[in-house]
Amino acid sequence: MKGLLALMRREFNLAFGGGGPLLALTFYACLVALLPLAAGRNPTQLGLLGPDIAWLALALASLLSLERLFERDYEDGALELLAMGPIPLEAVSVVKALAQFLAINGPLAFAAPIAAIALGGPVSLAPMAILTGLLGGVAFAFVGGLGAALALGAKRGGLLVAIVVLPLFAPPVIFGAAALDAVRAGQSSLMALALLAAYAAAAVALSPLAMAAACRNALD
Amino acid sequence: MTLPRALDFLAVPERFMAVSTWLAPALGALAAALIGAGLWTGVSAPSDYQQGATVLIMFIHVPAAWLSMFGYICLAGASFLSLIFRHALADAAAKACAPLGAGFTALALATGSLWGRPMWGAWWVWDARLTSVLVLLLFYLGYIALRASIEDEGRAGRAAAILALVGAINLPIVHFSVNWWNTLHQGASVFRPGGPTLALVYLIPLLLIALGYMAAFGSLWLVRIRAELWRRRARVLSLQAAGR
Repeated sequence: MKGLLALMRREFNLAFGGGGPLLALTFYACLVALLPLAAGRNPTQLGLLGPDIAWLALALASLLSLERLFERDYEDGALELLAMGPIPLEAVSVVKALAQFLAINGPLAFAAPIAAIALGGPVSLAPMAILTGLLGGVAFAFVGGLGAALALGAKRGGLLVAIVVLPLFAPPVIFGAAALDAVRAGQSSLMALALLAAYAAAAVALSPLAMAAACRNALD
Repeated sequence: MTLPRALDFLAVPERFMAVSTWLAPALGALAAALIGAGLWTGVSAPSDYQQGATVLIMFIHVPAAWLSMFGYICLAGASFLSLIFRHALADAAAKACAPLGAGFTALALATGSLWGRPMWGAWWVWDARLTSVLVLLLFYLGYIALRASIEDEGRAGRAAAILALVGAINLPIVHFSVNWWNTLHQGASVFRPGGPTLALVYLIPLLLIALGYMAAFGSLWLVRIRAELWRRRARVLSLQAAGR
Protein backbone atom coordinates (compact mmCIF):
# COMPACT_ATOMS: atom_id res chain seq x y z
CA MET A 1 0.00 0.00 0.00
CA LYS A 2 2.80 2.34 0.98
CA GLY A 3 4.58 1.44 -2.24
CA LEU A 4 1.46 2.15 -4.26
CA LEU A 5 1.12 5.62 -2.66
CA ALA A 6 4.76 6.36 -3.37
CA LEU A 7 4.28 5.21 -6.96
CA MET A 8 1.24 7.46 -7.33
CA ARG A 9 3.14 10.44 -5.97
CA ARG A 10 6.00 9.74 -8.36
CA GLU A 11 3.78 9.31 -11.42
CA PHE A 12 1.70 12.42 -10.67
CA ASN A 13 4.86 14.48 -10.20
CA LEU A 14 6.22 13.19 -13.50
CA ALA A 15 2.94 13.84 -15.32
CA PHE A 16 2.48 17.35 -13.96
CA GLY A 17 6.17 18.25 -14.14
CA GLY A 18 7.82 19.73 -17.19
CA GLY A 19 4.77 21.78 -18.12
CA GLY A 20 2.66 18.74 -19.05
CA PRO A 21 -0.85 20.23 -18.67
CA LEU A 22 0.27 23.63 -19.94
CA LEU A 23 1.69 22.17 -23.15
CA ALA A 24 -1.45 20.12 -23.81
CA LEU A 25 -3.73 23.10 -23.16
CA THR A 26 -1.65 25.36 -25.39
CA PHE A 27 -1.68 22.80 -28.18
CA TYR A 28 -5.44 22.53 -27.79
CA ALA A 29 -5.80 26.32 -27.96
CA CYS A 30 -3.67 26.39 -31.12
CA LEU A 31 -5.86 23.79 -32.82
CA VAL A 32 -9.03 25.66 -31.85
CA ALA A 33 -7.59 29.00 -33.01
CA LEU A 34 -6.64 27.61 -36.40
CA LEU A 35 -10.09 26.18 -37.18
CA PRO A 36 -11.82 29.52 -37.97
CA LEU A 37 -8.82 30.49 -40.08
CA ALA A 38 -9.56 27.48 -42.28
CA ALA A 39 -13.36 27.29 -42.05
CA GLY A 40 -14.13 31.02 -42.14
CA ARG A 41 -15.61 33.18 -39.41
CA ASN A 42 -19.25 33.01 -40.49
CA PRO A 43 -20.92 32.25 -37.11
CA THR A 44 -23.68 29.94 -38.40
CA GLN A 45 -21.27 27.93 -40.52
CA LEU A 46 -18.74 27.73 -37.69
CA GLY A 47 -21.43 26.84 -35.18
CA LEU A 48 -22.40 23.78 -37.20
CA LEU A 49 -19.01 22.16 -36.94
CA GLY A 50 -17.29 24.01 -34.10
CA PRO A 51 -18.37 21.96 -31.06
CA ASP A 52 -17.63 18.68 -32.85
CA ILE A 53 -14.20 19.91 -33.87
CA ALA A 54 -13.54 21.07 -30.29
CA TRP A 55 -14.37 17.50 -29.21
CA LEU A 56 -12.15 15.90 -31.85
CA ALA A 57 -9.30 18.25 -30.94
CA LEU A 58 -9.47 16.82 -27.40
CA ALA A 59 -8.60 13.40 -28.79
CA LEU A 60 -5.69 14.86 -30.75
CA ALA A 61 -4.36 16.96 -27.86
CA SER A 62 -4.40 13.92 -25.57
CA LEU A 63 -1.92 12.15 -27.87
CA LEU A 64 0.87 14.66 -27.30
CA SER A 65 2.46 13.50 -24.09
CA LEU A 66 1.77 9.80 -24.53
CA GLU A 67 5.13 9.08 -26.11
CA ARG A 68 6.98 9.78 -22.86
CA LEU A 69 4.53 7.91 -20.61
CA PHE A 70 6.45 4.62 -20.62
CA GLU A 71 9.46 5.51 -22.79
CA ARG A 72 11.05 7.76 -20.16
CA ASP A 73 11.07 4.97 -17.56
CA TYR A 74 12.14 2.44 -20.17
CA GLU A 75 15.16 4.48 -21.19
CA ASP A 76 16.50 5.22 -17.71
CA GLY A 77 15.83 1.72 -16.36
CA ALA A 78 13.07 2.74 -13.95
CA LEU A 79 10.61 0.45 -15.70
CA GLU A 80 12.87 -2.52 -15.01
CA LEU A 81 12.95 -1.59 -11.32
CA LEU A 82 9.16 -1.23 -11.28
CA ALA A 83 8.81 -4.64 -12.94
CA MET A 84 10.98 -6.26 -10.26
CA GLY A 85 9.14 -4.51 -7.42
CA PRO A 86 6.18 -5.86 -5.46
CA ILE A 87 3.53 -3.89 -7.39
CA PRO A 88 2.37 -5.81 -10.49
CA LEU A 89 2.94 -4.07 -13.82
CA GLU A 90 -0.83 -4.05 -14.37
CA ALA A 91 -1.24 -1.76 -11.34
CA VAL A 92 1.72 0.35 -12.42
CA SER A 93 0.00 0.78 -15.79
CA VAL A 94 -3.25 1.84 -14.13
CA VAL A 95 -1.42 4.44 -12.03
CA LYS A 96 0.43 5.76 -15.09
CA ALA A 97 -2.76 6.05 -17.15
CA LEU A 98 -4.53 7.67 -14.20
CA ALA A 99 -1.74 10.23 -13.83
CA GLN A 100 -1.96 10.90 -17.57
CA PHE A 101 -5.70 11.46 -17.19
CA LEU A 102 -5.37 13.82 -14.23
CA ALA A 103 -2.54 15.86 -15.73
CA ILE A 104 -3.65 16.03 -19.39
CA ASN A 105 -7.20 14.86 -20.09
CA GLY A 106 -8.76 16.41 -16.96
CA PRO A 107 -7.56 19.97 -17.61
CA LEU A 108 -8.43 19.56 -21.30
CA ALA A 109 -11.99 18.54 -20.39
CA PHE A 110 -12.46 21.84 -18.58
CA ALA A 111 -11.05 23.77 -21.53
CA ALA A 112 -13.45 21.98 -23.91
CA PRO A 113 -16.58 24.06 -23.16
CA ILE A 114 -14.63 27.31 -23.63
CA ALA A 115 -13.47 26.07 -27.03
CA ALA A 116 -16.93 24.78 -27.97
CA ILE A 117 -18.58 28.12 -27.12
CA ALA A 118 -15.84 30.15 -28.81
CA LEU A 119 -16.42 28.09 -31.94
CA GLY A 120 -20.10 28.96 -32.00
CA GLY A 121 -21.66 26.33 -29.77
CA PRO A 122 -24.50 27.33 -27.40
CA VAL A 123 -23.65 28.04 -23.75
CA SER A 124 -26.06 25.27 -22.70
CA LEU A 125 -23.55 22.84 -24.18
CA ALA A 126 -20.96 23.55 -21.45
CA PRO A 127 -21.91 20.85 -18.88
CA MET A 128 -22.09 18.18 -21.55
CA ALA A 129 -18.76 19.30 -23.05
CA ILE A 130 -17.10 18.82 -19.64
CA LEU A 131 -18.82 15.48 -19.05
CA THR A 132 -17.89 14.03 -22.45
CA GLY A 133 -14.42 15.47 -22.01
CA LEU A 134 -13.98 13.64 -18.69
CA LEU A 135 -15.51 10.32 -19.77
CA GLY A 136 -13.79 10.39 -23.14
CA GLY A 137 -10.59 11.51 -21.41
CA VAL A 138 -10.55 8.31 -19.35
CA ALA A 139 -10.85 6.28 -22.55
CA PHE A 140 -8.21 8.37 -24.35
CA ALA A 141 -5.76 8.04 -21.43
CA PHE A 142 -6.11 4.26 -21.03
CA VAL A 143 -6.24 3.35 -24.74
CA GLY A 144 -3.49 5.89 -25.39
CA GLY A 145 -1.36 4.36 -22.64
CA LEU A 146 -1.76 1.03 -24.39
CA GLY A 147 -0.37 2.53 -27.59
CA ALA A 148 2.49 4.10 -25.64
CA ALA A 149 3.39 0.75 -24.06
CA LEU A 150 3.26 -1.06 -27.40
CA ALA A 151 5.58 1.50 -29.01
CA LEU A 152 8.30 0.99 -26.38
CA GLY A 153 11.72 0.80 -27.96
CA ALA A 154 10.45 1.81 -31.40
CA LYS A 155 11.97 4.29 -33.78
CA ARG A 156 9.79 7.42 -34.30
CA GLY A 157 7.78 6.57 -31.15
CA GLY A 158 5.50 9.60 -31.13
CA LEU A 159 4.16 9.24 -34.64
CA LEU A 160 3.82 5.50 -34.12
CA VAL A 161 1.71 5.97 -30.98
CA ALA A 162 -0.64 8.24 -32.93
CA ILE A 163 -1.00 5.77 -35.81
CA VAL A 164 -1.65 2.85 -33.46
CA VAL A 165 -4.04 4.71 -31.18
CA LEU A 166 -6.15 6.95 -33.43
CA PRO A 167 -8.10 4.13 -35.16
CA LEU A 168 -8.95 2.79 -31.68
CA PHE A 169 -10.39 6.22 -30.83
CA ALA A 170 -13.18 5.83 -33.41
CA PRO A 171 -15.89 4.52 -31.02
CA PRO A 172 -15.39 7.10 -28.20
CA VAL A 173 -15.19 9.92 -30.76
CA ILE A 174 -18.54 8.78 -32.21
CA PHE A 175 -20.23 8.44 -28.80
CA GLY A 176 -18.99 11.79 -27.48
CA ALA A 177 -19.96 13.69 -30.61
CA ALA A 178 -23.38 12.03 -30.52
CA ALA A 179 -23.92 13.18 -26.92
CA LEU A 180 -23.02 16.76 -27.88
CA ASP A 181 -25.25 16.65 -30.96
CA ALA A 182 -28.16 15.31 -28.89
CA VAL A 183 -27.90 18.27 -26.52
CA ARG A 184 -27.87 20.71 -29.42
CA ALA A 185 -30.87 18.99 -31.00
CA GLY A 186 -32.72 19.07 -27.68
CA GLN A 187 -32.84 15.27 -27.48
CA SER A 188 -31.81 12.89 -24.72
CA SER A 189 -28.10 12.20 -24.76
CA LEU A 190 -28.43 9.37 -22.24
CA MET A 191 -27.72 6.54 -24.67
CA ALA A 192 -24.63 8.19 -26.15
CA LEU A 193 -23.32 8.96 -22.67
CA ALA A 194 -24.00 5.41 -21.50
CA LEU A 195 -22.09 4.02 -24.48
CA LEU A 196 -19.20 6.41 -23.88
CA ALA A 197 -19.08 5.46 -20.20
CA ALA A 198 -19.21 1.76 -21.11
CA TYR A 199 -16.32 2.17 -23.52
CA ALA A 200 -14.31 4.05 -20.88
CA ALA A 201 -15.05 1.36 -18.28
CA ALA A 202 -13.99 -1.39 -20.66
CA ALA A 203 -10.80 0.53 -21.47
CA VAL A 204 -9.98 0.87 -17.76
CA ALA A 205 -10.65 -2.83 -17.17
CA LEU A 206 -8.88 -4.35 -20.17
CA SER A 207 -6.10 -2.07 -21.36
CA PRO A 208 -3.88 -2.47 -18.22
CA LEU A 209 -3.54 -6.18 -19.08
CA ALA A 210 -2.26 -5.31 -22.56
CA MET A 211 -0.09 -2.46 -21.21
CA ALA A 212 1.60 -4.80 -18.73
CA ALA A 213 2.09 -7.48 -21.41
CA ALA A 214 3.65 -4.89 -23.73
CA CYS A 215 5.99 -3.66 -20.95
CA ARG A 216 7.10 -7.22 -20.15
CA ASN A 217 7.74 -7.82 -23.83
CA ALA A 218 9.87 -4.69 -24.10
CA LEU A 219 11.87 -5.63 -21.01
CA ASP A 220 12.76 -9.23 -21.80
CA MET B 1 1.62 -26.34 -23.88
CA THR B 2 1.84 -28.20 -27.15
CA LEU B 3 0.01 -27.76 -30.42
CA PRO B 4 -3.04 -29.94 -31.10
CA ARG B 5 -2.38 -33.02 -33.29
CA ALA B 6 -4.18 -31.78 -36.40
CA LEU B 7 -1.82 -28.81 -36.64
CA ASP B 8 1.24 -31.02 -36.27
CA PHE B 9 2.70 -30.13 -39.65
CA LEU B 10 2.74 -26.51 -38.58
CA ALA B 11 4.92 -27.30 -35.59
CA VAL B 12 8.03 -28.24 -37.53
CA PRO B 13 9.31 -25.69 -40.06
CA GLU B 14 10.91 -28.42 -42.21
CA ARG B 15 7.62 -30.28 -42.51
CA PHE B 16 5.82 -27.01 -43.23
CA MET B 17 8.30 -26.30 -46.02
CA ALA B 18 7.75 -29.78 -47.45
CA VAL B 19 3.95 -29.44 -47.44
CA SER B 20 3.80 -25.84 -48.64
CA THR B 21 6.16 -26.44 -51.55
CA TRP B 22 3.35 -28.26 -53.40
CA LEU B 23 0.34 -26.82 -51.55
CA ALA B 24 1.07 -23.20 -52.53
CA PRO B 25 1.16 -23.78 -56.31
CA ALA B 26 -1.79 -26.21 -56.05
CA LEU B 27 -3.91 -23.55 -54.32
CA GLY B 28 -2.72 -21.00 -56.86
CA ALA B 29 -3.88 -23.21 -59.73
CA LEU B 30 -7.19 -23.82 -57.98
CA ALA B 31 -7.59 -20.06 -57.53
CA ALA B 32 -6.94 -19.41 -61.21
CA ALA B 33 -9.45 -22.08 -62.23
CA LEU B 34 -12.17 -20.85 -59.84
CA ILE B 35 -11.73 -17.18 -60.65
CA GLY B 36 -11.59 -17.98 -64.36
CA ALA B 37 -14.78 -20.04 -64.19
CA GLY B 38 -16.47 -17.38 -62.07
CA LEU B 39 -15.53 -14.57 -64.44
CA TRP B 40 -16.65 -16.64 -67.44
CA THR B 41 -20.10 -17.36 -65.98
CA GLY B 42 -20.30 -13.83 -64.61
CA VAL B 43 -19.53 -12.06 -67.88
CA SER B 44 -21.94 -14.29 -69.81
CA ALA B 45 -24.75 -13.49 -67.34
CA PRO B 46 -27.26 -10.89 -68.57
CA SER B 47 -26.63 -7.29 -67.49
CA ASP B 48 -28.62 -6.09 -64.52
CA TYR B 49 -31.59 -3.96 -65.61
CA GLN B 50 -30.79 -1.25 -63.07
CA GLN B 51 -27.01 -1.32 -62.83
CA GLY B 52 -26.09 -2.38 -66.35
CA ALA B 53 -22.58 -3.74 -66.85
CA THR B 54 -21.27 -2.09 -63.67
CA VAL B 55 -22.73 -5.01 -61.74
CA LEU B 56 -19.61 -6.89 -62.85
CA ILE B 57 -17.57 -4.81 -60.38
CA MET B 58 -19.41 -6.72 -57.68
CA PHE B 59 -17.52 -9.90 -58.60
CA ILE B 60 -14.21 -8.22 -57.77
CA HIS B 61 -15.45 -6.05 -54.93
CA VAL B 62 -17.60 -8.26 -52.71
CA PRO B 63 -15.12 -11.18 -52.35
CA ALA B 64 -12.35 -8.64 -51.61
CA ALA B 65 -14.48 -7.19 -48.81
CA TRP B 66 -15.06 -10.68 -47.40
CA LEU B 67 -11.34 -11.47 -47.61
CA SER B 68 -10.46 -8.20 -45.85
CA MET B 69 -12.28 -9.47 -42.76
CA PHE B 70 -11.13 -13.08 -43.19
CA GLY B 71 -7.56 -11.78 -43.36
CA TYR B 72 -7.88 -10.04 -40.01
CA ILE B 73 -9.27 -13.21 -38.44
CA CYS B 74 -6.22 -15.08 -39.78
CA LEU B 75 -3.92 -12.32 -38.47
CA ALA B 76 -5.49 -12.39 -35.01
CA GLY B 77 -5.46 -16.22 -34.94
CA ALA B 78 -1.80 -16.42 -35.93
CA SER B 79 -0.95 -13.67 -33.41
CA PHE B 80 -2.78 -15.56 -30.67
CA LEU B 81 -0.89 -18.76 -31.45
CA SER B 82 2.44 -16.95 -31.57
CA LEU B 83 1.79 -15.26 -28.21
CA ILE B 84 0.58 -18.43 -26.46
CA PHE B 85 2.95 -21.01 -27.97
CA ARG B 86 5.79 -18.59 -28.73
CA HIS B 87 6.10 -20.37 -32.05
CA ALA B 88 8.26 -18.83 -34.77
CA LEU B 89 6.08 -20.19 -37.58
CA ALA B 90 2.91 -18.56 -36.20
CA ASP B 91 4.81 -15.28 -35.91
CA ALA B 92 5.99 -15.57 -39.51
CA ALA B 93 2.41 -16.35 -40.54
CA ALA B 94 1.10 -13.22 -38.79
CA LYS B 95 3.80 -11.07 -40.36
CA ALA B 96 3.07 -12.52 -43.80
CA CYS B 97 -0.69 -12.11 -43.38
CA ALA B 98 -0.89 -8.38 -42.60
CA PRO B 99 0.13 -6.91 -45.98
CA LEU B 100 -2.10 -9.46 -47.75
CA GLY B 101 -5.09 -8.49 -45.65
CA ALA B 102 -4.31 -4.81 -46.14
CA GLY B 103 -4.09 -5.42 -49.89
CA PHE B 104 -7.51 -7.06 -50.06
CA THR B 105 -8.95 -4.27 -47.89
CA ALA B 106 -7.49 -1.61 -50.18
CA LEU B 107 -8.86 -3.53 -53.19
CA ALA B 108 -12.31 -3.61 -51.58
CA LEU B 109 -12.18 0.15 -50.93
CA ALA B 110 -10.88 1.02 -54.40
CA THR B 111 -13.39 -1.15 -56.26
CA GLY B 112 -16.15 0.05 -53.94
CA SER B 113 -15.27 3.62 -54.83
CA LEU B 114 -15.28 2.80 -58.56
CA TRP B 115 -18.63 1.09 -58.15
CA GLY B 116 -20.02 3.96 -56.09
CA ARG B 117 -19.38 6.60 -58.77
CA PRO B 118 -21.96 5.26 -61.26
CA MET B 119 -24.30 3.91 -58.54
CA TRP B 120 -24.44 6.71 -55.99
CA GLY B 121 -22.98 9.51 -58.10
CA ALA B 122 -20.09 9.98 -55.69
CA TRP B 123 -16.62 8.48 -55.38
CA TRP B 124 -17.00 8.14 -51.68
CA VAL B 125 -20.01 7.96 -49.40
CA TRP B 126 -19.67 7.91 -45.60
CA ASP B 127 -21.75 4.81 -45.37
CA ALA B 128 -21.42 2.49 -42.36
CA ARG B 129 -19.80 -0.34 -44.30
CA LEU B 130 -17.32 1.86 -46.14
CA THR B 131 -16.33 3.57 -42.91
CA SER B 132 -15.89 0.25 -41.08
CA VAL B 133 -13.69 -1.11 -43.86
CA LEU B 134 -11.64 2.10 -43.87
CA VAL B 135 -11.01 1.73 -40.12
CA LEU B 136 -10.10 -1.92 -40.74
CA LEU B 137 -7.47 -0.75 -43.25
CA LEU B 138 -6.12 1.66 -40.60
CA PHE B 139 -5.86 -1.27 -38.15
CA TYR B 140 -3.82 -3.23 -40.69
CA LEU B 141 -1.58 -0.23 -41.37
CA GLY B 142 -1.05 0.34 -37.63
CA TYR B 143 -0.02 -3.30 -37.25
CA ILE B 144 2.43 -3.07 -40.15
CA ALA B 145 3.83 0.26 -38.87
CA LEU B 146 4.36 -1.05 -35.33
CA ARG B 147 6.03 -4.19 -36.62
CA ALA B 148 8.31 -2.21 -38.93
CA SER B 149 9.47 0.33 -36.37
CA ILE B 150 10.75 -1.99 -33.64
CA GLU B 151 14.20 -3.24 -34.53
CA ASP B 152 14.40 -6.47 -32.50
CA GLU B 153 12.47 -9.03 -34.53
CA GLY B 154 11.09 -11.12 -31.64
CA ARG B 155 10.06 -8.07 -29.66
CA ALA B 156 8.41 -6.48 -32.70
CA GLY B 157 6.50 -9.70 -33.33
CA ARG B 158 5.11 -9.93 -29.81
CA ALA B 159 4.21 -6.22 -29.57
CA ALA B 160 2.44 -6.48 -32.94
CA ALA B 161 0.67 -9.66 -31.80
CA ILE B 162 -0.69 -7.84 -28.73
CA LEU B 163 -1.89 -5.04 -31.02
CA ALA B 164 -3.56 -7.56 -33.36
CA LEU B 165 -5.49 -9.05 -30.44
CA VAL B 166 -6.44 -5.58 -29.14
CA GLY B 167 -7.66 -4.85 -32.65
CA ALA B 168 -9.64 -8.08 -32.75
CA ILE B 169 -11.47 -7.02 -29.56
CA ASN B 170 -12.00 -3.50 -30.90
CA LEU B 171 -13.19 -4.30 -34.43
CA PRO B 172 -16.68 -5.45 -33.34
CA ILE B 173 -16.95 -2.33 -31.16
CA VAL B 174 -15.91 -0.13 -34.09
CA HIS B 175 -18.37 -1.96 -36.31
CA PHE B 176 -21.20 -1.44 -33.80
CA SER B 177 -20.35 2.21 -33.15
CA VAL B 178 -20.08 3.05 -36.84
CA ASN B 179 -23.43 1.38 -37.55
CA TRP B 180 -24.98 3.31 -34.69
CA TRP B 181 -23.42 6.56 -35.94
CA ASN B 182 -24.77 5.83 -39.41
CA THR B 183 -28.37 5.37 -38.26
CA LEU B 184 -27.95 8.59 -36.27
CA HIS B 185 -26.93 10.70 -39.23
CA GLN B 186 -28.90 9.31 -42.15
CA GLY B 187 -32.28 7.69 -42.05
CA ALA B 188 -32.07 5.31 -44.97
CA SER B 189 -28.87 3.54 -45.83
CA VAL B 190 -27.69 3.33 -49.41
CA PHE B 191 -27.90 -0.40 -49.02
CA ARG B 192 -31.60 -1.06 -48.71
CA PRO B 193 -32.19 -3.58 -45.91
CA GLY B 194 -33.91 -6.66 -47.30
CA GLY B 195 -33.60 -5.07 -50.74
CA PRO B 196 -33.36 -6.97 -53.99
CA THR B 197 -31.95 -10.38 -53.29
CA LEU B 198 -29.22 -11.57 -55.57
CA ALA B 199 -30.36 -13.54 -58.60
CA LEU B 200 -28.90 -17.01 -59.05
CA VAL B 201 -27.11 -15.99 -62.27
CA TYR B 202 -25.01 -13.59 -60.18
CA LEU B 203 -24.79 -15.68 -57.04
CA ILE B 204 -23.05 -18.65 -58.67
CA PRO B 205 -20.19 -16.65 -60.24
CA LEU B 206 -19.89 -14.59 -57.06
CA LEU B 207 -19.43 -17.70 -54.93
CA LEU B 208 -16.99 -19.22 -57.45
CA ILE B 209 -14.87 -16.07 -57.40
CA ALA B 210 -15.09 -15.82 -53.60
CA LEU B 211 -13.75 -19.38 -53.29
CA GLY B 212 -11.09 -18.48 -55.84
CA TYR B 213 -10.08 -15.44 -53.76
CA MET B 214 -9.85 -17.72 -50.71
CA ALA B 215 -7.57 -20.10 -52.56
CA ALA B 216 -5.47 -17.21 -53.86
CA PHE B 217 -5.20 -15.83 -50.33
CA GLY B 218 -4.08 -19.23 -49.03
CA SER B 219 -1.56 -19.64 -51.83
CA LEU B 220 -0.08 -16.15 -51.42
CA TRP B 221 -0.01 -16.55 -47.66
CA LEU B 222 1.97 -19.79 -47.91
CA VAL B 223 4.38 -18.21 -50.41
CA ARG B 224 4.89 -15.22 -48.10
CA ILE B 225 5.46 -17.44 -45.04
CA ARG B 226 8.03 -19.44 -47.01
CA ALA B 227 9.74 -16.23 -48.05
CA GLU B 228 9.77 -15.02 -44.46
CA LEU B 229 11.28 -18.29 -43.20
CA TRP B 230 13.93 -18.15 -45.94
CA ARG B 231 14.69 -14.54 -45.06
CA ARG B 232 15.24 -15.50 -41.45
CA ARG B 233 17.46 -18.40 -42.43
CA ALA B 234 19.45 -16.15 -44.74
CA ARG B 235 19.95 -13.66 -41.94
CA VAL B 236 21.24 -16.33 -39.59
CA LEU B 237 23.60 -17.61 -42.28
CA SER B 238 24.93 -14.12 -43.01
CA LEU B 239 25.45 -13.55 -39.30
CA GLN B 240 27.33 -16.83 -39.04
CA ALA B 241 29.43 -15.93 -42.07
CA ALA B 242 30.25 -12.53 -40.60
CA GLY B 243 31.13 -14.11 -37.28
CA ARG B 244 33.75 -16.40 -38.76
